[in-house]
Amino acid sequence: MPESTNETVTFTLDGREVVAKKGEAIIAAAERAGTYIPRFCYHPRMEASGNCRMCLVEVEGPRGSTLMPSCFVAAGEGMNVCTNSDKVKKAQDGVLEFLLSNHPLDCPVCDKGGECPLQDQTLLHGPGETRFVEEKRHYEKPIALSELVLLDRERCIQCGRCTRFADEIAGEPLIDFAGRGDRVEVSTFPGEPFSSYYSGNTVQICPVGALTATPYRFAARPWDLDQVESTCTGCATGCRVAVQSSQGRVTRLLGVDTDTVNHGWLCDKGRFAFEGLNADGDDFELSDPRRRITSPMVRTNGELVAVSWSEAISRAASLLGETAPESVGAIGGASLTNEGAFAWTSLLKGVLGTDSVDAQLGDGLDPSLVLGLPRATINEAADACTLIVLSGDLREELPVLFLRLRAGAATKKASIIDLSNGSSCFDKVAAVRLPARPGDAPQVVAALTGDDEAMKVLARHPEGATFDADAIAKARHLVGSDGTGVVVVIGRSSLAEDAAFVEDAALALHQALPKATFLPALRRANVHGALDMGMSPGLAPGRVSMEDAASSLSALWTKKPTSTGRTTLEQLRAMDQGAQRVTVVLGADLGADVPDADLVQRALSSDAAIIAVAGNGSTTVAAAEVVLPAAISHERGGTTTNLEGRVSRLGQKVVAPGDAWEDWMMVTELAHELGTTLPFGSLDDVTNAIAVYAPSHHGLTTSLLASSQASDGVVVPLGTETLHERKAADPMAIPGLASADHIGLGAFTGSITSETPSESNQGASEVAFSQVRLPERRALNAVVPDGYALRLVSGRKLYDLGTAVSASPALAALAAPAVAKVNAYDLDRIGAHSGDRVRLRSQKGTMIIAVESDAHVARGTVAIDFNVGQAGETTNAVLALLDSSVAVVDVRMESLS
Amino acid sequence: MSYFTDGRQARAEQLIAIYPEQRSALIPLCHLVQEQDGYLSEEGMVAVAELCGVTPAEVRGTATFYDMLHTEPVGKYLVGVCTNIACLLAGGLELLEHAEGSLGVRVGATTEDGLFTLEETECLADCNIAPCVQVNHRYVRTTTPEQFDALVSELRDGGRASEIPSHGTLIRTRRDVDLAADPGLVAQERAARRAAVEGQS
Amino acid sequence: MSLTDAPKIITARAQYDDSHTLERFLATGGNDGLKKALTMTPEAVQAEVDAASLLGRGGAGFPAGRKWAMLRKADVSYLVVNGDESEPATFKDHLLVERDAHQLVEGVTIASYALQVNQAFIFLRGEFALGLERVQEAINDAYKTGALGTNIFGSGFSLDIVVHPGAGAYICGEETALLEALEGKRGYPRIKPPFFPAAIGLYGEPTVVNNVETMSNLPWIVLNGGAAFAALGAGRSTGTRLFALSGHVRNPGVYELEMVKHTFRDLIFSPELGGGVPNGDVKAIIPGGVSAPWFYPEQLDIPLGQDEVAEQGSMLGSGSIVVMDTNTCMVRAAWRITKFFSRESCGQCTPCREGSGWLERVLWRLENGQGRMEDLDLLLDLCDNIAPGLGWPPQQTTICVLGPSIPSSIHSAISRFRDEFLAHITQGKCPHA
Ligand SMILES: Cc1cc2nc3c(=O)[nH]c(=O)nc-3n(C[C@H](O)[C@H](O)[C@H](O)COP(=O)(O)O)c2cc1C
Ligand code: SF4
Ligand code: FES
Repeated sequence: MPESTNETVTFTLDGREVVAKKGEAIIAAAERAGTYIPRFCYHPRMEASGNCRMCLVEVEGPRGSTLMPSCFVAAGEGMNVCTNSDKVKKAQDGVLEFLLSNHPLDCPVCDKGGECPLQDQTLLHGPGETRFVEEKRHYEKPIALSELVLLDRERCIQCGRCTRFADEIAGEPLIDFAGRGDRVEVSTFPGEPFSSYYSGNTVQICPVGALTATPYRFAARPWDLDQVESTCTGCATGCRVAVQSSQGRVTRLLGVDTDTVNHGWLCDKGRFAFEGLNADGDDFELSDPRRRITSPMVRTNGELVAVSWSEAISRAASLLGETAPESVGAIGGASLTNEGAFAWTSLLKGVLGTDSVDAQLGDGLDPSLVLGLPRATINEAADACTLIVLSGDLREELPVLFLRLRAGAATKKASIIDLSNGSSCFDKVAAVRLPARPGDAPQVVAALTGDDEAMKVLARHPEGATFDADAIAKARHLVGSDGTGVVVVIGRSSLAEDAAFVEDAALALHQALPKATFLPALRRANVHGALDMGMSPGLAPGRVSMEDAASSLSALWTKKPTSTGRTTLEQLRAMDQGAQRVTVVLGADLGADVPDADLVQRALSSDAAIIAVAGNGSTTVAAAEVVLPAAISHERGGTTTNLEGRVSRLGQKVVAPGDAWEDWMMVTELAHELGTTLPFGSLDDVTNAIAVYAPSHHGLTTSLLASSQASDGVVVPLGTETLHERKAADPMAIPGLASADHIGLGAFTGSITSETPSESNQGASEVAFSQVRLPERRALNAVVPDGYALRLVSGRKLYDLGTAVSASPALAALAAPAVAKVNAYDLDRIGAHSGDRVRLRSQKGTMIIAVESDAHVARGTVAIDFNVGQAGETTNAVLALLDSSVAVVDVRMESLS
Repeated sequence: MSYFTDGRQARAEQLIAIYPEQRSALIPLCHLVQEQDGYLSEEGMVAVAELCGVTPAEVRGTATFYDMLHTEPVGKYLVGVCTNIACLLAGGLELLEHAEGSLGVRVGATTEDGLFTLEETECLADCNIAPCVQVNHRYVRTTTPEQFDALVSELRDGGRASEIPSHGTLIRTRRDVDLAADPGLVAQERAARRAAVEGQS
Repeated sequence: MSLTDAPKIITARAQYDDSHTLERFLATGGNDGLKKALTMTPEAVQAEVDAASLLGRGGAGFPAGRKWAMLRKADVSYLVVNGDESEPATFKDHLLVERDAHQLVEGVTIASYALQVNQAFIFLRGEFALGLERVQEAINDAYKTGALGTNIFGSGFSLDIVVHPGAGAYICGEETALLEALEGKRGYPRIKPPFFPAAIGLYGEPTVVNNVETMSNLPWIVLNGGAAFAALGAGRSTGTRLFALSGHVRNPGVYELEMVKHTFRDLIFSPELGGGVPNGDVKAIIPGGVSAPWFYPEQLDIPLGQDEVAEQGSMLGSGSIVVMDTNTCMVRAAWRITKFFSRESCGQCTPCREGSGWLERVLWRLENGQGRMEDLDLLLDLCDNIAPGLGWPPQQTTICVLGPSIPSSIHSAISRFRDEFLAHITQGKCPHA
């Protein structure tokens, strides 16, 4: 209940009146008012611990003035606070001297040297000469807390930011302080490293150089770094980042604090995947993701050979131009920028006239559902009273979104109803678990929304229902009658299940709980931007259907598709059957991503021609007719859109290797070659064209995007969210106290009233979010389970065999081998034990895999992660079992031990 | 299979049960591990973590805060000599030096035969019989070098077994009542109390 | 100097060899106080404690009645008894838990009834292996005799008591660190405000924390009335109190004395009590635990009372008195006390964590003849950085008062015995060695 957020108090700060929010710490209020109080342990996104004592200020009280930690003490009405008295100075100098007494003076060889608050403070106020002549604490050199994070204990100042982060924010207390007094050190348990998806954040928030990340260690000196603010394209959360480079190579990513999205956090995949950009291009096979594609290629005599751009463009144009529109299609697009997506849609739909364009890879949701449901923002979801989660494991798929959503449940402000089958990231914090087996989601939702018949149907499963009447009663109580305060996270809970079940469940929730809003958990980077730009059959740019597309498009488009096109799976089938002759694959790795290996195999080996637009190698690239090298991630500018519909800017930091181009350039050239003109002379032209031609993006011009009000991005359509100034960041998270604003991270000042953007938009969104009509509910056949088989569940892992991980050595090493997880009951039934190897057989194929018991996996199901394996392994085991032509996949398991 | 042996599993479960929150049993359970393994073994910490619903890192982090919990093996007898102010004034440091000499180890170390670990302790709250010496957390009241040596040789010969059980400070502490106050009754009492308080105001 | 004939309120039973047994307890009025309390209303019991003006015996000396008054309206609440007793030279609770655990359990039950809490904890330092046994035995006995558990003595009041062992950390005597330890965590003191136990205590619920000795007084107070207690002593310091006397005296030990009616000199020199200083004379005394500033011979006639000692710039604290005779090396004494703080600092606050270690190392150098002239100013300035102004009670730069207690002995020693420090420096060794 965000009741008192607007209440303010007035207090005196160094003799002037300052207004603070009620409950706001003095340190934060002072910072907004332009007074920076030095600190080490305080972090604006974590509970204050008040232990470093650097932030002491003098506060007048009934018994005279006392020193108080300004990070911990809230500004009170009429309080008199002094931050610069002699007493304060002496106390702070004392703390600094105490900290330095045992801190090594190895700044010249320390990664933090040059951006270290301890160093800065010392230069500013510190004692000139040390009075400490005793021997310093001494430890062995750095110890590894995990594969990615090293700890130099001598440099640690015991602020506890890292340990508090692990516990409070990530919920994974795998590091803790050990010892007492001045022997306190951060440590892990022997044999249990700090392998958290969020470990890199501890490095970023460590105020000294105690924690360092292996991918950055000794890579550059801070003063050599050049940085730009951008958006992470690792997943659809769209975290804001500062991208730093040295000598033309990306060397480090830091999370930028935005109130709306990531609160300064990043996941390790987003933070460290930049390594893949620096991979040395030509050393690897074309099928290897570590290979950077640096020049255009055309297949000549069966071999892909490097050619000039004009040759490649003319070959691609002739393939496209000489094929009937209904025989041309495009797969992929989620890795494009909005500009790239708009350009390709314009070419494919508006110049060539094909509607067979699909940014999703058979693993997504019906776009009319995604665009038609009332959408929630991340802040609304984080502030919701009740969250219903019917999606893949968010920690694996949208890691920082998980952090934002976990916070409410961990502090008991929100209740989570978790419908996941199998272990889920919300296991520890969920209020109710209603595991939905594959095919069961509509029934579970019916039960949740009051249908007692559904409970009976669920109980008819040979292994019984997965939850009891108490659970459903509790859950019903939490959702209330009309869904006020409820946010539903909707995504693909399993890739071995037809999306129709989840889609129907979502529609049912919308009908039963009209006030509930939805956060679509499609995970792939800019998939939401691509759908907004019309990259799906039947859609035009701007969240409108092709039928409803504005006539103004004709100013840009010379053609308009006449029939509804094919989805990705349909395109692959059409390629196999000879109905689709030319397919443009836009940055997708079909072999790794489409949940039907057999179908992909058949499509790739058919004689349909592939034009691959790619930054990295893949089996798709290796099978292509024409390869067009694309600039990827931090090599390009433009905008992306996250899952809440927030459009934010990318900052280009480095130049793409070799001859790679940005997509809008290739599209313009192709159009030209095809005899038309797309009026894109620059990237900004494309952005501004979107603002004109895409109804949902009306008004979102480059100048608006560049304004300071839009620094955290803007939710479209405009008007659903108040634009706001950025809140003060954690100045210590971004190098150098002074540098926090010069890279565009926002000054420390800002008005109070503009800081609560989500409030004007509490609850259901009244603004028409999109003009796409929701699909009709379809009658789905409840699929009768076979008592001998286990129903397969397959979800994503963060470290999978996809391009981003495979191309980044530090991450690839973390990918785990695949195992099959089943309930102990089923394990027993089959006569197998944890660790045994088992053979699994589906209608489609077989695989041999180790089995493990997992109490969270519902009886009668088996869970196998999608697309995982050990680095270097090319087989994607579970794919052999998947079959996109059936609604659910049943497998039989047999023990081999 | 449970980690604890010799009836300690039941005691572990009882410890978990008597607290409103399971993590509260963390320190008592660590004592129980020490009683069984002689020190706080890694396996023991993992077992405690499971029982308390925390990570092993948290168990280790918590345990290492406390002087009595040893994450490295220690001798059969933990010999603690206090050198804090009252004992210092009575020759505690000298007695400690003597102990180092007669046991042949430095403070913190364990004799080769694994019998004795010598510790310098802070005040043990027995300052009228100073310097204060504890063996396995039992006061032995040997204040002179001679008494100390006599005790050591007695222990070497297996003496004083009943007076000085092995360490694990709860080794003889037994709660033989399982029930906490009847929760139903307590709830009733509370409701009545609240009604009374509200009636007043 | 003659001793007053005040009753032995909490050590009467301890004179018997079997004082720890249920038989002796029951034979000497055991549970009488509890039974009487259960016939009264909780408010009436509280009123007696208020009337007694029972000051907390753990160190801070806050009136128990006032502390209790904060707790009445809470839905869930706890009573936690502080038996950490780790303040150097304090050993009175040791006596109470080993020699008369039943009295403690009876006191805790009375307090719980007055507070209407149904769950109490007795936190004992882990080194009290025997004490843990004895208190648990007393609880077991109490359950058997109907003095504990559900529906105590048919009164309708129910209570459980859990004995919780510490594991060796002085800081867990600090009440909020104690609560952390009781929650199974590192003993980090919590920041007050807001974490005053009475507001946000154990498991976030309102909690009263009282010392073992405080609790042990309750059976007598209920039985004899608060007024009888308040008639003893003087001013705010009522009743009797345990004084733990150690160091250079002939008869170190725990003495129960009427408050205010005796002086430090009485305690140290009276033949029935300390029996005097065997070698030489008093050089300095530590009046209330090592956190307290020292007294010197000219202050021996200060009465043993809370405010009387406070007025002289120190504190009665935990009631422990250490006598240092004229042969004592004050550098060494200050060093050892500082070493204690350095080992026991929890490590949260920079000034305490780093300052204690730094001070200890400088003092160690001085004691061993490697001091430099500038070290004395350095010591005092570092102390001033931990507790600005070096006054008493100290100004605080830290979360708890352990940090600001560190300077007491250093400041006391240097102010009074500067010559001794200088001798260490100029002679290059400890002149007492
Ligand atoms: C560093 C420190 C150590 C303490 N140690 C003890 C202790 O060992 N025993 C104790 O009863 N109180 C100790 N206290 C005082 C407690 O915080 C608390 O005030 C006391 O237990 C309250 O009980 P009382 O009101 O009955 O005295 C200590 C305080 C501090 C700051
Ligand atoms: S003052 Fe010392 S003991 Fe107290 S909380 Fe701070 S570091 Fe811990
Ligand atoms: S104590 Fe306030 S920033 Fe550390």
